[in-house]
Amino acid sequence: MTDNKQTLQLNFQLNGKAVEIECEAEETLAEVLRERLNLTGTKLSCEVQVCGACTVLLDGLPVSSCTLLAYEARGKNVVTIEGLAQPDGTLHPIQQAFIDEFAFQCGFCTPGMILTAKALLDENPKPSREEIVHYMDGNICRCTGYVSIVAAIQRAAGVTSKDTKK
Amino acid sequence: MSAEKKTDFHVVNHSVPRRDGRAKVSGKAMYVSDLKLTGMAYAKVLRSPYAHAKIVSIDTSRAAALPGVHCVITGNDLEGINPYYGHAVKDHPLLAIGKVRYAGEPVAAVVAVDERTAFCALEHIDVKYEELKPVLTPDDAMAKDAPLLHERKFEAGALRGFEGEVTAGRGTNICQEAHIKWGDVEAAFKKAAAVVESEYYFPMTYAYAMEAYVAIADVADTGVTIYSSAQHPFMVRHDVKSIFNLPVSQVRLIVPFVGGGYGSKSYTKIEPLTAACSWKAKRPVKLQLTIEEAMLTTRSDDATTWMRTAVDANGKIIARQAKIYMNTGAYAENSPLVVEKSTNRCVGPYAIPNVQIDNYSFYTNTVPASSYRGFGCAQVTLPGESQIDELAAKIGKDPYEFRLANVAKPGEEFFPKMRPFDGTLKEDLEIAAKAIGLNESVPKGHGRSVACSTSDAGAYPLTSTAVRVHADGSVTIMIGSTELGQGSHTVIPQIAAEELGVPFEKVHVVSSDTAITPYDRSTGASRTTTLMGSAVLEASREAIQQMVVMAADVLKVKVEQVQAIRGGVRCGEAQLNWSEVISKFYALPDGEVIGRSYIRKAGKFSQLPVFWETACTAIEVAVDEETGKINVEKLATVGDVGLAINPALAEGQDIGAATMGMGIGLFEELVYQGPQLMNGSILDYRLPRFSDLPKKIDLHLVQNQDGVGPYGAKGGGEASLNSMAANIANAVERAVGVRIRSAPLTPEKVWRALKDKRGKIKNER
Repeated sequence: MTDNKQTLQLNFQLNGKAVEIECEAEETLAEVLRERLNLTGTKLSCEVQVCGACTVLLDGLPVSSCTLLAYEARGKNVVTIEGLAQPDGTLHPIQQAFIDEFAFQCGFCTPGMILTAKALLDENPKPSREEIVHYMDGNICRCTGYVSIVAAIQRAAGVTSKDTKK
Repeated sequence: MSAEKKTDFHVVNHSVPRRDGRAKVSGKAMYVSDLKLTGMAYAKVLRSPYAHAKIVSIDTSRAAALPGVHCVITGNDLEGINPYYGHAVKDHPLLAIGKVRYAGEPVAAVVAVDERTAFCALEHIDVKYEELKPVLTPDDAMAKDAPLLHERKFEAGALRGFEGEVTAGRGTNICQEAHIKWGDVEAAFKKAAAVVESEYYFPMTYAYAMEAYVAIADVADTGVTIYSSAQHPFMVRHDVKSIFNLPVSQVRLIVPFVGGGYGSKSYTKIEPLTAACSWKAKRPVKLQLTIEEAMLTTRSDDATTWMRTAVDANGKIIARQAKIYMNTGAYAENSPLVVEKSTNRCVGPYAIPNVQIDNYSFYTNTVPASSYRGFGCAQVTLPGESQIDELAAKIGKDPYEFRLANVAKPGEEFFPKMRPFDGTLKEDLEIAAKAIGLNESVPKGHGRSVACSTSDAGAYPLTSTAVRVHADGSVTIMIGSTELGQGSHTVIPQIAAEELGVPFEKVHVVSSDTAITPYDRSTGASRTTTLMGSAVLEASREAIQQMVVMAADVLKVKVEQVQAIRGGVRCGEAQLNWSEVISKFYALPDGEVIGRSYIRKAGKFSQLPVFWETACTAIEVAVDEETGKINVEKLATVGDVGLAINPALAEGQDIGAATMGMGIGLFEELVYQGPQLMNGSILDYRLPRFSDLPKKIDLHLVQNQDGVGPYGAKGGGEASLNSMAANIANAVERAVGVRIRSAPLTPEKVWRALKDKRGKIKNER
């Protein structure tokens, strides 16, 4: 709105770099990332914190940026899908595993899926199949039937499906 | 039958990595929701709270006067354009005109500097309604005193996708009816050894493409440009051209990556409204729906099917009769074709000598129904494949053996006047049964089932393409097909690389821009690999023919002396690759050759369907008798695809489709209470999640090169959905002995059926 809106100054770490922006108090983190910073890799779908498409990492933990006020990110460390590959373009092992295992089709859930998987593997580098299913249950994919995503996470973790079958 | 059975493939039949892989894993893949145009404004939509009401007045003055608002548009502001669209029936106004026909229908739109301003302005629009009696079900719609939803007469759209007439607009609430009949059904049922007869219900469902409908329209003096999440840009172009009365050449639809479709983004959706907003606001306008709004835009047709099937003393199916009532909602959209298709698909993959199917869809005051992965096949496969099991039980046969004995055989004309059957269902069923361990011992409370389906698929064959070979030997293919995730940007260049003998990496795809890419009717009905694949194959060969002529010119020999080899030509001792042919021909290391092709309903595509889309699914379920909850423990899919151009992608389609089918079998359903949709949000609409993933999954492809497409390929990607609900119902029956004839099989439904069964047993004692 063009009437008197309260704006605030926001500082946080984004993909390893300090950012300082001005935004309105009611803006969500997803809005700030997509609209103000043009980082459109973060996708919006259900917008009620159910589907996981908008997942970003906040101090290493997965959060739904669709319902998180940007204000909550102040002083914190935000990682989006754009921040995973190395500066020379080498993909993160999870990104590469998603390609190798055909773990996406339309790709709309993929950024959120990969970031949640990263949080999982950072916390638990050798998860069992059951642990993967449990951790990833908040991310919806409508294309793949999930099988290839589980396989990609297992590949990125360096565990074959045999290791995780108990 | 394909003329050639090539087997020494270099690129085709290999699971090459997805072309869009890097873009999609790094957040760089652009969808319409990510795009912005300079000077762009944003629209938001005011929707009707009533299912059926007259619009008495709309006052937009307060909203229009708000700071930041460019304009407000209503059904009263559409003078100068043709506001009704629809490829089958032009019954759909881009904004409600005079009355609303469902709760959630767009009544007005605000265009403003940003989305928030537009959204906040909506509550300042005053609409006065006079409520009318709502029509909510087929029974309501058929009632003698039923109010008529549509008073206008409609003409059938030329692009409706079938040859029959449309029923809409003839003074009833029937949107479409379709009938097929052969043999003598009454006589067959009279002499039958056994008959089963029941009523079945398949629910309204929501496809949930994770990217909600979105469009950016720019209506300018030079024409209309629209970026859209549409599956079929050329079909949308046709509607938009009619709305603005423009030549085809002045309407441009551009479709970047699409965030899921599954049929729900087929045909025209929000493009007319977005274009009208731009027309009124005189600037580019973006309309991004929310998922809640998308749920108020399209759903699948639900279906109530009465069916009976008869068998003779030898266990041969001799007759099937069905009457289907579908609830198509407020506007026809693609439902007339869904009705036509579900009528045909009711027959199933069986050669049945006596058939009668009567199918009716009704306009009701609910969200418009349209295409959903499988086009009406899942709706009628629940009854069809349930009855195969019920009939087998009645005559004391094993349902699997009963299927094997009755499925259509390769080359059999099992459906009069259609293409003979081009699959191998017996082989498919055997693979599915083996994968699931059908005949092994079953734990208590578990049940296994195998089911199958075939669909008259491939849509209408009208596709063209251009294959441009450049002087450096790289290639650009121009395809109208959209990339919905199915992998068209990977599969189609595989075919060009195979034919031209160039590395896959050197074939670039330009897609789905109606101003640039040649005409392609649609991306749906599993048609792209078969039809666009054939077009690209033929265009590649035409480019080769041209380059052979060029090579003869360059080498100063007769054309007959030049022989095409992989990646170039040979003439005696001399060999030239494509780069050398083109560079020498133009005497510059630049320039190109353009191969073209036009696919139409002729030659090998003259008989419909383009192919029979055939698949089997097999499952093992575990039923908790205390709660009624079903777990799918094992799942196997068998895709009868002719040849998989990219096996990993073909398998991905099968498991994706089967998972959607499992969702419908277990919990997916849009629930209406009176005129209101009760679960119109992803909070309330239950979808398959990681934790629903079966523990054991087997994906199989049957590749007999028996399709009409490239190297014997056929389409896939819908078929594994179709039989899943029936499979779950059949497996539950075998696990715990209750027959449930409506999807989804929720825990409550299963629990109640178990309770009824226990009650009956008690009473009998």
